[in-house]
Amino acid sequence: MATTIFRAIEAKGGYYALLGVCGLFLLLGAFGYFQMEHHGHVITGMDNQMVWGMPHVIALFLIVAASGALNVASTASVFGKTIYKPLAPLSALLALALMAGGLAVLMLDLGRSDRMIIAATHFNFKSVFALNVFLYTGFFTIVGMYLWFMLERRMNRWSSAAGMAAFIWRLTLTTGTGSVFGFLIAREAYQSALLAPMFIVLSFAYGTALFLLTLAATCAAARRPLGGMVVQRLKNLLATFVAASLYFVAVFHLTNLYFTRNHGVEQFILVDGGIISGVFWIGQVVIGGALPLLLLLAPGTTLGRILVACAAIVVGGLAQMYVTIIGGQAWPLDLFPGYAASSSFFDGEIHNYAPSLVEMLLGLGGFAIAALIVIIALKVLRVLPEKLDDAALLPQPGE
Amino acid sequence: MSDHTRRKFLGAAGLTGLAGSGLAALAPGVHLISLAAAHANGASSKVRWGMLVDTTRCASGCNACVTACATENAIQPGTGRPAQSSQWIRKIELNEFKTGRALSLPMMCQHCEQPPCVDVCPTGASFKRADGIVLVDRHICIGCRYCMMACPYKARSFVHEPLTEQNPEVPRGKGCVESCTLCVQRIDKGQQPACVEACTKNGRSAMLFGDLNDPASEIAKRIATTPTSQVRADLRLNPGVRYQGI
Repeated sequence: MATTIFRAIEAKGGYYALLGVCGLFLLLGAFGYFQMEHHGHVITGMDNQMVWGMPHVIALFLIVAASGALNVASTASVFGKTIYKPLAPLSALLALALMAGGLAVLMLDLGRSDRMIIAATHFNFKSVFALNVFLYTGFFTIVGMYLWFMLERRMNRWSSAAGMAAFIWRLTLTTGTGSVFGFLIAREAYQSALLAPMFIVLSFAYGTALFLLTLAATCAAARRPLGGMVVQRLKNLLATFVAASLYFVAVFHLTNLYFTRNHGVEQFILVDGGIISGVFWIGQVVIGGALPLLLLLAPGTTLGRILVACAAIVVGGLAQMYVTIIGGQAWPLDLFPGYAASSSFFDGEIHNYAPSLVEMLLGLGGFAIAALIVIIALKVLRVLPEKLDDAALLPQPGE
Repeated sequence: MSDHTRRKFLGAAGLTGLAGSGLAALAPGVHLISLAAAHANGASSKVRWGMLVDTTRCASGCNACVTACATENAIQPGTGRPAQSSQWIRKIELNEFKTGRALSLPMMCQHCEQPPCVDVCPTGASFKRADGIVLVDRHICIGCRYCMMACPYKARSFVHEPLTEQNPEVPRGKGCVESCTLCVQRIDKGQQPACVEACTKNGRSAMLFGDLNDPASEIAKRIATTPTSQVRADLRLNPGVRYQGI
């Protein structure tokens, strides 16, 4: 491989226009947050039955995708695939940006977001959330150092070690994210250790899809050549991740169906859940699984088709989080098995949820934060190689 | 772009972001540190407060316990949807699928010996007092609602909006999670929880409160001689609230 030259992108009119659009979404997100902060969660679609809503759906998608966005860097540093090495800084940058966006939404949705300092100073180490505080801050530190070691020539020799550390850390992190649900003993839709590895596989798909979209958009906007070879390889990797995701989803539901006590909740998610079942089959399985597989594996792929598949995976990822988080809460807790229950607190009832505008704005603000970090970093840091065409990435004789 | 302009650009962007987010996030939090109070003290681990609910005496349609709880703890219906209002205690009507047998009973925090809400709380705001009462420290609750996801009894509520006309002895506040405290403010004065008192006054006497650890207490004697059950006993959380007649 020829020596890769990294260069910051040029800022022209279009750059500032994009910066402006993302800034506008950031402001809208801030507006949504301050509305919620002032009035309380009474202005959201959340309630005492549906305690986590759209902000959690978007935040967890971004956090899970952040871990997966590191795939390309890990493949280069940990598995020694030199073809991906020029792409590793962008991969690490995207991972940091997505994590920042997701965490911001998660923290701003707290009932007392003004008490973030407490979340950083008071710990109950039995809590997966408390553990996640360390996993998330550690992620920023380790991936941040990894990015620095890759960008700073004098530190290059440490980048492989940092890449390995980041790889192990992000697998642990996504295990922690999946475990947030896996350890909820009373919720029939969760309570499975399978959620942790499933979230890891999902992260591979979501992160790689978002990486490809970012890469293609950046190369097109910055007029940098992007070769077909690296895209083709990533396409094959992505197809494997999507197939593995579908496999995990199938095993998860089949395991639940094996236990008679879970038939009710499975019937709800898969068949009777109305919008939940619709989002599962159409959003998660068809748009997020079958369609991308078809687009990625059918002969004669083009970049356009791959990018459509990536967009479908992102939509499917949001659908999966919706089904997991909203669907899991919609199914009522069964306090008295064998009895029909009713109360003023909606015992025994399927719970409904309709997100309000403010929580949607807060969630979109998370995407805006991630986008702004990437856009600004591309301009101020030398993250993107000058050339990514096949000739620049192919191993040179003697290598 | 030269290094100089790039640094200026980065510096300006960084400073603006830091100043805004840093001030917004840290200032109120730092202020709260000084307000954070220690957990309740004075509770004895020799005592385990508990409750026995006799469902055969609990009448469908009777809401005396719910009303008394609302009065004692100043819980008013919110201005939002009913699903957003706090309910520390509620009446559940049950019908057995196979037999059609009807039951009515109050459901509230079960004050578990192994509370899942305490396990999952990231800051330690959910805690169990030495005498077995499960409480939320309103000074360090960040409103993440993880405890609500974890509670098998749906016993917790999130305060969705600003509150007024509160009982000074019962601190509550927007953005925090709350649940039945067993009327800890009354227990510490040697009184019974408001719901138990109201049930007795109403002539039902379906609720009995006392020290589960004291063999001489009425509740301990009743539990030792009468078949009682714990809700979701399969989870092995050993709730302090027991039910008779389920």
